[in-house]
Amino acid sequence: MATTHAAPAGWWFRRPSIIPGFGLTFGFAVTYLALIVLIPLSGLVIRSADLGLAEFWRLASDPRTIAALRVSFGTAFVAAAINVVFGVVVAWVLVRYRFPGRRLVDALVDLPFALPTAVAGIALASLYAPNGWIGAPAAALGLKIAFTPLGIVIALVFVGLPFVVRTVQPVMEEIDREVEEAAATLGASRLATLARVLLPGLAPAILTGFALALARGVGEYGSVIFIAGNIPYVSEIAPLLVVIRLEEFNTAAATAIGAMMLAIAFALLFLINLLQAWSRRRYGHG
Amino acid sequence: MADLTVPSAPVIRSATTEAPATRIALVVAAFGFLSLFLFLPLVEVFLEALRNGPAAWLAAISEPDALAAIRLTLLVAAIAVPLNVVFGVAAAWAIAKFEFRGKAFLITLIDLPFSVSPVIAGLVYVILFGSGSLLGPWLKANGIEVLFAVPGIVLATVFVTFPFVARELIPLMQEQGSSEEEAALSLGASGWQTFWRVTLPNIRWGLLYGVLLCNARAMGEFGAVSVVSGHIRGLTNTMPLHIEILYNEYNFAASFAVASLLAGLALFTLLLKTLIELRFSGGLAPSRGH
Repeated sequence: MATTHAAPAGWWFRRPSIIPGFGLTFGFAVTYLALIVLIPLSGLVIRSADLGLAEFWRLASDPRTIAALRVSFGTAFVAAAINVVFGVVVAWVLVRYRFPGRRLVDALVDLPFALPTAVAGIALASLYAPNGWIGAPAAALGLKIAFTPLGIVIALVFVGLPFVVRTVQPVMEEIDREVEEAAATLGASRLATLARVLLPGLAPAILTGFALALARGVGEYGSVIFIAGNIPYVSEIAPLLVVIRLEEFNTAAATAIGAMMLAIAFALLFLINLLQAWSRRRYGHG
Repeated sequence: MADLTVPSAPVIRSATTEAPATRIALVVAAFGFLSLFLFLPLVEVFLEALRNGPAAWLAAISEPDALAAIRLTLLVAAIAVPLNVVFGVAAAWAIAKFEFRGKAFLITLIDLPFSVSPVIAGLVYVILFGSGSLLGPWLKANGIEVLFAVPGIVLATVFVTFPFVARELIPLMQEQGSSEEEAALSLGASGWQTFWRVTLPNIRWGLLYGVLLCNARAMGEFGAVSVVSGHIRGLTNTMPLHIEILYNEYNFAASFAVASLLAGLALFTLLLKTLIELRFSGGLAPSRGH
């Protein structure tokens, strides 16, 4: 509920209110935001503009850079797609079914938010390595997981899962059961009800979860580098290439790759905001 | 039912759920997926940590470099988390209690660090304070170390944990409105009294929730800190960086021993978080998530 004072005539920045502290809290918040986030980020933008268009293009179109961006984006896309399928199944099972240990499983879905990425990285690497619990049986079947792009996908599935589950789950909880009953009494099979009645309502949430998982995956570093093998042109991700260029004191190249990653991240953020606005307009929740 | 001639009791199955076989298949699929990607990695951390017995585990976490890393991680979190709490409360107060232009844009800007790769978060500070920057020569002339020192690590951590408290408090305080504050003020309370006695008790569970998530990320941050730290053993290595060094030296048991501490912290965070959600869900923001 907002304060109910009438807005003054003409242009106004802030509605009058009897609550004190606007100047202090707004001023502090904006200053802190500028110092910690906005000025440093604009430093990256200014620095890449300083490079000049020709130099920026030369650094950005370096084959190793293109390959790293392709690996990052491609693996993040595959991982987000896997998470959409299994994330929706996990959310469905948690919302609709009652079984022992449901609360524990529900709580553990948030593990990737709480577990440091480096810890997840070494655990996944040793689990999926050719001599690990999962890697060994897979290797016996001729499937190499760790130290290939497949390993990157595994790590990104880990970090992206809660984004899909936690976006879809609240929307599923609010589904009106009467719609399903109506579909069933009209003769729709269960599968038809799921596909034609429930899925369209869940689509905005699923797409948002996909975009969130994708955005996180493109920028992910800690959980990936241990399992990836980091072979240039094959399993080297863009964030790692930034680190490598910085270690070579090649700040210009790191800046160019960073600027491109930032542009991709902002494009995804814009897309996510559009999806959430669409979802709110259609279904009243985001 | 179409067939009325069946004499035995009809099998009653709700039309709004799946067949039992489908249900079992879905539960098995969900469990199998979660086991492969969540449960087994977690179990693996503790098994590998204790592979050589509790004595080796204790030795790995009590050697000087590990202790230095633990101290630095605690120090960084102890600076970064309170800073972001003050910011989060101030931002939520301004956004939830007042109507002003550009509010939606401000909220988007606050969320910005979540969409930036941790490595980019480190890179921006390298560009800002590095030797090739405007500030670099001045800092060097005055003997101030930011990069490859504690201030840089703190800044990078503050950047990546920036939105946690604010984004928990903003929806919560927006939902609570400001009628209670207006009542307190009209009864003669000062602004600070209103905040400490009215607002803070109302938001305490949401605040604790935000602090928990912020702290977990602050202690576990790897990518951003890795870029600005310089990896000086015993000096600028946080726990996640120490884990990386030990792992790359093939000292797996020690690496997992330090990792088990952070995994324990993650489990503790999840436990508290779940308890708050179960007991005090009324004191949390209506729609949460990342």
